[in-house]
Amino acid sequence: MNRAPLIFLGIFFTLAFSWTGIILTNQLTYGKLEPIVDQTENKSYPEALPGLAAQGKLVYQDLGCIYCHSQQVRRPGFGADDKRGWGDRQSVPRDYIREGRVLLGTMRTGPDLRNIGARQASRDWHMLHLYNPQITSKGTIMAPFPFLFETHKIVGQPSPKAIKLPAPYTAASGYEVVPTPRAESLVAYLQSLKDTYAYPETHNVFVEPAAPTKAEGKK
Amino acid sequence: MASVPNLVASFDPATSPDLVKRAELSEIDASTKIPALFFLGSAVLWLLVGTAFALISSFKLHTPNFLGDTEWLTFGRTRTAHLNAVIYGWSVNAAFAVAFWLMARLSRSVLRHSGLLMIAGAFWNIGVTIGIIGILAGDSTSIEWLEMPLYATPLLFVAYALIGAWALITFRFGKSGHIYVSQWYLLAALFWFPWLYSIAQIMLLFQPARGTVQALVNWWFAHNVLGLWFTPIGLAAVYYFLPKVLGKPIHSYYLSILGFWSLALFYNWAGVHHLIGGPVPAWVLSAGIAASFMMAIPVIVTGINHHMTMVGSFSALKYSPTLRFIVFGAVSYTLTSLIGSLMADRQVSEVVHFTHFTVAHAHQGMYAFFTMVMFGSIYYILPRILLKEWPSAMLISVHFWTVAVGITVYVVGLSICGIKQGLEMNNADIPFLSTTVPSVVTNTIPYLLSRSLSGVLMTIGHLAFAVNFTWMLLRPRAPQGTTPTLFQNPPEMEVAR
Repeated sequence: MNRAPLIFLGIFFTLAFSWTGIILTNQLTYGKLEPIVDQTENKSYPEALPGLAAQGKLVYQDLGCIYCHSQQVRRPGFGADDKRGWGDRQSVPRDYIREGRVLLGTMRTGPDLRNIGARQASRDWHMLHLYNPQITSKGTIMAPFPFLFETHKIVGQPSPKAIKLPAPYTAASGYEVVPTPRAESLVAYLQSLKDTYAYPETHNVFVEPAAPTKAEGKK
Repeated sequence: MASVPNLVASFDPATSPDLVKRAELSEIDASTKIPALFFLGSAVLWLLVGTAFALISSFKLHTPNFLGDTEWLTFGRTRTAHLNAVIYGWSVNAAFAVAFWLMARLSRSVLRHSGLLMIAGAFWNIGVTIGIIGILAGDSTSIEWLEMPLYATPLLFVAYALIGAWALITFRFGKSGHIYVSQWYLLAALFWFPWLYSIAQIMLLFQPARGTVQALVNWWFAHNVLGLWFTPIGLAAVYYFLPKVLGKPIHSYYLSILGFWSLALFYNWAGVHHLIGGPVPAWVLSAGIAASFMMAIPVIVTGINHHMTMVGSFSALKYSPTLRFIVFGAVSYTLTSLIGSLMADRQVSEVVHFTHFTVAHAHQGMYAFFTMVMFGSIYYILPRILLKEWPSAMLISVHFWTVAVGITVYVVGLSICGIKQGLEMNNADIPFLSTTVPSVVTNTIPYLLSRSLSGVLMTIGHLAFAVNFTWMLLRPRAPQGTTPTLFQNPPEMEVAR
C-alpha cells in the first residue's frame, strides 16, 4: 500500500467515480430535458425571460440576493413551503432549463422567491421594498438598496415613475425619488418569477397528502 | 544553527543523537524560506481583509442600515468578499505554504525551482485580488464558492497548475523511500483540486449545463473543496505535527490507511446533500446521503488515531502553542464531520437546511478545524525558516483564547439559532416576519448579535496574530541559540513548540 503509482491510481479513480456518477450521468440524462409544447396555447414552457427581466436577473446576481433568498419550493409535507404560500407546487428540474444561471440558493434569511411574482405583483410594493424594506416590512433585517434610486429636484411636472413614499420616509419637499433603470429591471425580474404551469411530471410529484405523517418526510 | 551545537543542545536529549539529520532538515527548511514567507505573508494579509468584511457583514445582518447606502458594501457583496478572501486568500495561501513545507520535509528533499512557486504565488494573489474587487464592483457570478468573475479565474488556474507541477517534482526527487500518510493526503489534495475547479468552471461559466445539473456541479465542487482540498491538507498537518511535537509515533499506521481511503471513496459523493428537497433526481440525493453517513468511518478512524496519540500527553498542551491549536482543530474535525453526517439525514435536513445552522457548520469546518490547524502549523514552521523565535508568548495566548472562545460562541450560538429558525420556518402558524408577535426572522436577531460579539473576539485574536507575525519578521535574529517561545517553561526540555 505504499507505492506511489498505486496511491495515484486510487486517488484518480475515487474522484472519477463521483464525477461519473454525479456529473456525467446526470448531464447525459436529465441534462437534456426539453421544454414542453402546449398545443392548446401554442406556446412552449417554461417560457424565456422577457428582455427587461433578463437584465434584472443580472442585477439580482450582482447584488447577491441569492445569499438570503432561495428559489426552490419543497414538496408539500416536507417543510412548510406550500403552507407559507411560497408555491402551489414543488419545483421540478424542468422549471429551470431555460435559465443560463440557476439560482437555487441555500439560505432563507428571507423568504423563498421562486413565486414572488405571483404572490406580490405590484410594482409599487417592490419599489418601496427595495428602496427601504422597513417601509413595507417593518422589523426586517433585509438590506436597503437606496443606490438603485435617484433623488431629483422636481422640475416642471413630477416624474410619473417616481415612487410614492409614505411618511416619514418622504423625500424633502420639491424632491422626488425615481428608480434607476437597474431598479426597473430588477422589479421586472421579481415580477416574472412564477412557476404556474403544470407539467406532466408535476402531476406525479405533487400529491397533496391527506395528513403529513412522519413517514412522508422519508419518501 | 545545528552545525554549532550550543551548550543547551548538547545536554538536550531531543537534539543530540542525530545532528546530521537535523542539519539536513535545517537545509530543507532554509530552502523553503522565501516562498513560504511569501505565501504566509499573503495569507495573513488576506486573513485581515476577510475578517474586516466578516465583521461588516455580521453587523449588517442585525442592523441592516449599517453602511446601507453604499452599493459596494451591500450585504450580498461584503459577505461574498468575506468568503472569497478567507477561502482563496487566507486558507489557500496558508494551505500552499504548509503543504509544500511539509512536502519538502517529508520527501527529504530541498525545495527546487522556488522561482516557479513564486510565479505561481504572484498569479494566485493577483487573481484573488482582481476577483474580490470584481465581486465588490458587481461582477459576482452568484454561484456559491465560485463567485469570482471569469476575468479572474484563469489566473488562479494557471497558478494552481504550476504549484501542482512543482509538488510532483519535489515528490519525485524525494530521498525518503517511505511515503508517510501526510504525503498521501497532500498528493491527493493537489491532484483533486484542479479537477474539481476546472470542471466547475467549464460546466457553470464557460459552457453552462442545462437547468439544475448546474446545482449538482456547484455542490459537487463546493463540498469537495472542503473535503478533498482543505480537509486533506488540514489532516496532513495534524498527522505531521501531532506526533512531531509530542515526540511519539502516531497511534496506528493501519488506521491511517483506512482513514485515507475511506475519505477518498466516500467524501466525493457527499456534496449533493446540500440539495435535499430540491429539484434534482432523488437517486442522486439518496446516494449523497448514503455517502455522507459512510463518512462516519473515516472520521471516527481518523479521530481515534489522532486522539489516541494525544492520550497521556495532555500536559503538553500547557506549553506548546502549536499543539494547542492543532488539538483544538483535530477535535473540531471529529465534531464537525459527525454533525455534517447527521445533517445529511432527510429529516434533519428538513429543519436545518436553509438556516444559520449551515453557516455555523461551515465555520466549524473551515475555522474551528482548518484555520486552527493552520495557525498551529504556522507557529511551528515560522521559527524554523526564520531561525528566530516568536517575540511574544502573551500575544500567542491572546490569539488562542480569543479565537477559541470566539469560534465556540459562534458555532454554539448559530447552531441553536438555526435549529429554532428551521423548526419555526416549518410551522406555518408562526409568521415569517412580524413586529407584534414572535416571528422567524426577529427570533434570530439575538443570535446574530452573539455572532457579531464572537466576530469582535476573533478580530482581536487575528490582530494579535498579525502583530506577532510582523514583529517576528522585523526583529533581529538572536546571535546565540534560542529557546522556543512557549506558554510556560516545561519542567523537562523535551517539549518542542
